[in-house]
Amino acid sequence: MGKFLLRRMLWLIPVILVVSTITFVLMHAAPGGPWDRDLSARQVDPVTQKMLNEYYGLDKPLWRQFTAYLIGDTNSKGKFICGLICGNLGPSYRQRGLTIQQILFMPPEEKSIIYSRFGYSMRLGVYSLLFAILIGIPAGVLSALKQNTMTDYISLFIVTIGISVPNFVMAIFLIIIFASTLHMVNIVPRSWDEVSVWVLPAVILGFGTMARTARLTRASMLETMRQDYIRTARSKGLAERVVIVRHMIKNSLIPVVTMLGPALAGLVTGSFIIETMFGFPGMGRAYVTAIGQRDYSMIMGTTLIYAVLVALANVSVDMIYVFLDPRIRLE
Amino acid sequence: MAELLSVQGLETQFRTREGIVHAVNGVSFGLKEGETLGIVGESGCGKSVTVMSMLRLIPSPPGKVSAGKALFQGKDLLKMSDDEIRHVRGSQISMVFQDPMTSFNPVLTIGRQVTEPLEVHMGMNRKQADDRAVEMLSKVGIPNPRDRMNDYPHQFSGGMRQRVMIAMALVCTPQILIADEPTTALDVTIQAQIIELAKRIRDDLGMAIIWITHDLGVIAGLADRLVVMYGGFIIETAPIRDVYAHPSHPYTLGLLGSLPRMDETGQRRLVSIDGLPPVLLEKPNFCPFAPRCKYVVERCWKENPPLMQVSPDHTAACWVNPETGRER
Ligand SMILES: Nc1ncnc2c1ncn2[C@@H]1O[C@H](COP(=O)(O)OP(=O)(O)OP(=O)(O)O)[C@@H](O)[C@H]1O
Ligand SMILES: [Mg+2]
Repeated sequence: MGKFLLRRMLWLIPVILVVSTITFVLMHAAPGGPWDRDLSARQVDPVTQKMLNEYYGLDKPLWRQFTAYLIGDTNSKGKFICGLICGNLGPSYRQRGLTIQQILFMPPEEKSIIYSRFGYSMRLGVYSLLFAILIGIPAGVLSALKQNTMTDYISLFIVTIGISVPNFVMAIFLIIIFASTLHMVNIVPRSWDEVSVWVLPAVILGFGTMARTARLTRASMLETMRQDYIRTARSKGLAERVVIVRHMIKNSLIPVVTMLGPALAGLVTGSFIIETMFGFPGMGRAYVTAIGQRDYSMIMGTTLIYAVLVALANVSVDMIYVFLDPRIRLE
Repeated sequence: MAELLSVQGLETQFRTREGIVHAVNGVSFGLKEGETLGIVGESGCGKSVTVMSMLRLIPSPPGKVSAGKALFQGKDLLKMSDDEIRHVRGSQISMVFQDPMTSFNPVLTIGRQVTEPLEVHMGMNRKQADDRAVEMLSKVGIPNPRDRMNDYPHQFSGGMRQRVMIAMALVCTPQILIADEPTTALDVTIQAQIIELAKRIRDDLGMAIIWITHDLGVIAGLADRLVVMYGGFIIETAPIRDVYAHPSHPYTLGLLGSLPRMDETGQRRLVSIDGLPPVLLEKPNFCPFAPRCKYVVERCWKENPPLMQVSPDHTAACWVNPETGRER
């Protein structure tokens, strides 16, 4: 187990290298730069731009900027500033005086880290994942146990919607229903301290994953129900409840867990859209804003954090997998 | 000896896309205490469905036991409440299945699976159940049973797995053990070991056995009586010696003929019965074996023969006596 974890952690290094290279190239290939303003606004004058470029090292050749980001470089005053290898994500070009770490991980005032941008996004992700799992798995199980009944058809109907309707479309519909028409929630909440305002974004973000989880759980349950060992379990005189809980569900969850890795990646990309739509104070919205502003270091930092998160999620999925299926060995 | 189990007129059907499959058509047989009954017949003749119907393990839908009784110690298994039948399963009547590979839950330890019946039926706690399971595993010849309790099914060989399966079926010392082709998936030497094991355990615990097989050679040394099935019907039933000495149905004769024999050149030859097993979509009004039968007479096409007494304790469902070739 330890060896497996170590190996998977070492794998993070090439992942980070590849992701950062691609991001760096794409970012600089896109037209514009961090000092451009809206066309209507007053532009930063060329002299200031030149000074800023020098200050942030943007006047250096691209390869040097890249190595400076990864490893570090001397700044304009001749002092060596360490880069990513020291855990430094660099200064933001748009939010002057703040580093990327501060923007993403520093909570306002004295609050805990869950009130940082990162914390907000993690909470939203966890809530929507919980929604997806806690609704999706029971729905799939129930659907399979009551195959071809009304329960099954209703569940299949909702699942089909969840899989085929993109989350931003669903977001608009639900905002119209619950915010504009029923006035049950504010479209853009004034504060995210209340639990109720989390429901809509979390549900919308998790809906697709919920639907896929339910569909896969149902299919997997139907498959398991036909297995010989279920007949064996019944022949031993176990109560139907025990047969379902002990013998069917664990086996049925194995393929579902495999799907959760990619599903987490889906939640991450979904969060860019949902956070932006709801004006959510999280990392996803900051990311979208940063892309628009060509805040290079912010784009890089956030991309890498997402990459690491998805990679870690996949490692945990593999570990859950081993826990569920004794036939799989990690070494 | 007292009749332990009495099956009367059992009928089971499956509703399928092609129509209704008449898998079991009015099957009757009895089982005495301590007796070993063999059920033989080709694949698809309804052996498994018969015993599964008794324990109500037929998947429904599509399956349905539409008629008959299965009296166990005087009580009809088919009329019991779900709770009552659950108490019979695994504690008084246990089953061993054909494929030891797929019949165990792959994600639970052997120990967990073997102790389950003890916890359900005997109300044992984990420790007592573990001790009993270990005792049973060692009885069926699993080396180091205590250590192996924590292993998973895939860590056992096929033969060992079938031994564990037998141990699991016997932990609650049932009165009846139903073994549904327990050796078919195993290779020949392991088959022989499992049969030996069954004999030893039977002599030890004294339970009655229903042993299903499609191989008359396997059952010879084990069974007291034999039931031969064909197309969902019982077509012959007799004490085992009578079956080999005086087979009274052409199909039984065919089955005996299809045993591997040593011929003059010393090679094992497998002779099989010509023709295909019947389609079960209709309940035939003629003898279902007639299309493949060498002895067929006109009456066979007009009337499906019922089981008829051919000698004391020996019945066969054939209009013809295959020993003489004449109508009975
Ligand atoms: N779930 C089912 N749905 C439809 N038909 C079924 C089902 N189970 C069994 N049958 C049919 O019932 C008939 C009897 O099957 P059964 O399993 O009892 O045969 P068997 O004698 O045990 O054969 P084998 O030696 O292959 O195990 C077969 O024709 C089969 O097609
Ligand atoms: Mg069978």
